[in-house]
Amino acid sequence: MEWTLLFHLVLSGLIVGALYGVVAMCFVLIYKASQVVNFAQGEFMLIGAWACWWLLVKFQLPFVLAFLVTLAFMMLFGLLIQVVVLKPLIGEPVISVIMVTIGLSIFFQALMKWMFGVSAQPFPPIFAAPDMNLFGLQIKTVYAMSTLISIGIMLAFAWFFKFSRMGLAMRATAFNQQVAQSLGISVRKVFALSWGISAMVSALAGVVVGVVSGVSPALSFFGIKVFPAVILGGLDSIVGAVVGGLVIGVLENVAHYADSQWLRWGNLYEIAPFYVLILILMVRPYGLFGTRDIERV
Amino acid sequence: MAGTVALRPCGDFRTSYGSDQTVFPTRMSLAFCVLGVAALSLAPFVFGKYVLSLLIQIGYLGIAALGLNILVGFTGQISIGHAAFFGFGAFASAFISNKLNVPVFFAIPLAGLATTAVGLLFGVPAARLKGLYLAIATLAAQFILQDFFARAGWFTGGVAGTAAKSFSVFGVEISGDQHYFYVVLAYLVILYLAAANLMRTRDGRALVAVRDHYLSAEMMGINLTKYRTMSFGVSAFYAGIGGALYAHYLGFVSVEGFDILFSIQFLAMIIIGGLGSVMGTLMGTVFMVLLPEVMGGLAKMLSGSAIDRLLSLNEGIVFLREMTIGAVIVLFLIFEPDGLAHRWRQIRAYWKLYPFSH
Repeated sequence: MEWTLLFHLVLSGLIVGALYGVVAMCFVLIYKASQVVNFAQGEFMLIGAWACWWLLVKFQLPFVLAFLVTLAFMMLFGLLIQVVVLKPLIGEPVISVIMVTIGLSIFFQALMKWMFGVSAQPFPPIFAAPDMNLFGLQIKTVYAMSTLISIGIMLAFAWFFKFSRMGLAMRATAFNQQVAQSLGISVRKVFALSWGISAMVSALAGVVVGVVSGVSPALSFFGIKVFPAVILGGLDSIVGAVVGGLVIGVLENVAHYADSQWLRWGNLYEIAPFYVLILILMVRPYGLFGTRDIERV
Repeated sequence: MAGTVALRPCGDFRTSYGSDQTVFPTRMSLAFCVLGVAALSLAPFVFGKYVLSLLIQIGYLGIAALGLNILVGFTGQISIGHAAFFGFGAFASAFISNKLNVPVFFAIPLAGLATTAVGLLFGVPAARLKGLYLAIATLAAQFILQDFFARAGWFTGGVAGTAAKSFSVFGVEISGDQHYFYVVLAYLVILYLAAANLMRTRDGRALVAVRDHYLSAEMMGINLTKYRTMSFGVSAFYAGIGGALYAHYLGFVSVEGFDILFSIQFLAMIIIGGLGSVMGTLMGTVFMVLLPEVMGGLAKMLSGSAIDRLLSLNEGIVFLREMTIGAVIVLFLIFEPDGLAHRWRQIRAYWKLYPFSH
């Protein structure tokens, strides 16, 4: 057994897992605020990454500017999706809402393939030094930055929900829509804003992934990988999403390691999270931190 | 959820439960169905190879889509892994006829039963889950089964795929689209009648009760676990039969193609047709099969024009089709959530009552 290899795998699992955690948080944000399961989360990442890439390559904008424009665009995009597509479906059964987001996901995935092609495109180099030295470990700057950004987003989320007025309004809405409305919170605004923020932060994660490994349609698979993470953590728990993301990120790599060392089944890297998903759904469908809804007949 | 209650003209009263629950509400509708089947059985003599292949495609996809509609439209359970079951049926039928030397005539129903077994296996978690949890569980089933297809070389032939024999009855081989059409038509008629009939039995009504209000259903003595699992099993059976018919039609099954997009196409079929409508399922299937053909035709018509040069239609046609599938799902759910079946009922009622509005 190679301990250093395992250590590296766990570390890279944590780095990827932090990104899973960020996307999972965005997913949970939408779910908590408006009870919509968003199958198009990965497409938000994809669109954001392509938009930023396009601004960088075609218009030669400086990275910071392109990044900010992308975030603003995605915020508007999320708001628009909520207002145009999701709002007419408020009060419709869960199945309809799920299928609408699936439809959106298919639509935007194909649109992106059509506009930008199917092959992966690298981002222009952004950092001057490709490697940096951290406590004697040689790591790529992009990975360090990606982790920093992930942690930054998580802290920002924590601040937003603990202290900001809008964040508190969102938590109130998630807790009870009627009570929130009677206290003067505009539930409509909360719904729209939750989509806007979710799209924006997903796009941020998308850009980070794009910078690390290039933009390609495969990026939207992140949105699917998020499901094991959120189910593990509990569908309505922001903390759970982060923990779930980290666990799934590490699990993927460890499963891959076990596979290459002993099992030799192949492709366990992609599939292991889904076995875990089924297992959790059988044993503890509300996840580690989620609320258990109790039904009595 | 889409209403299953048909629009009924004023003054049309039923006096017994029997007459309320017939498969064919009027003698006319029976006559129309018989006429329709009779007309379809003439199709091989009238149409060329292209139309026939489309009809066969509509046949086996329609069977699988009906299975999904029993699960989604009638029981209110969602599945995003239907294509995986369809694929399993295809591989199972090829496996049974190739390796176990069972005649294809028997291999197709056997494949349906094998797929039912797999469906029940995934139905066990489904019995405990509902709504979005179930959607996510079936999503996992989709990826796990897809991975299984690629890995289980003994069963599926691995990456190389597997050949499927052509259809044979007691040593008489049936080959060519013209003859195979009748096989598909027979299965289509039998399975659609079976589904329509299921909905008037106790079991079928129990499924609808589970969909409409599962707590009340449970209080009325309906065993939720049993019916949720059963619905999964029936749905997988239909998918398996559809898949088996597909395998023996093409003569070859490859590992690719049973992906999540295909599953979503099945969902699109039943949304477009109408959730909880047997005949609507067929309309939705026709719509989804013809959609890419029509788009291909349009792209061909526009080729060389300014629009084509601007949008590069020919290279993008695959993506355009995918986009249309997504857009159609979204638009139907927003503007016509009860699907084509509902629209059809309205048109029928309009002409029945013409020139009055009630």
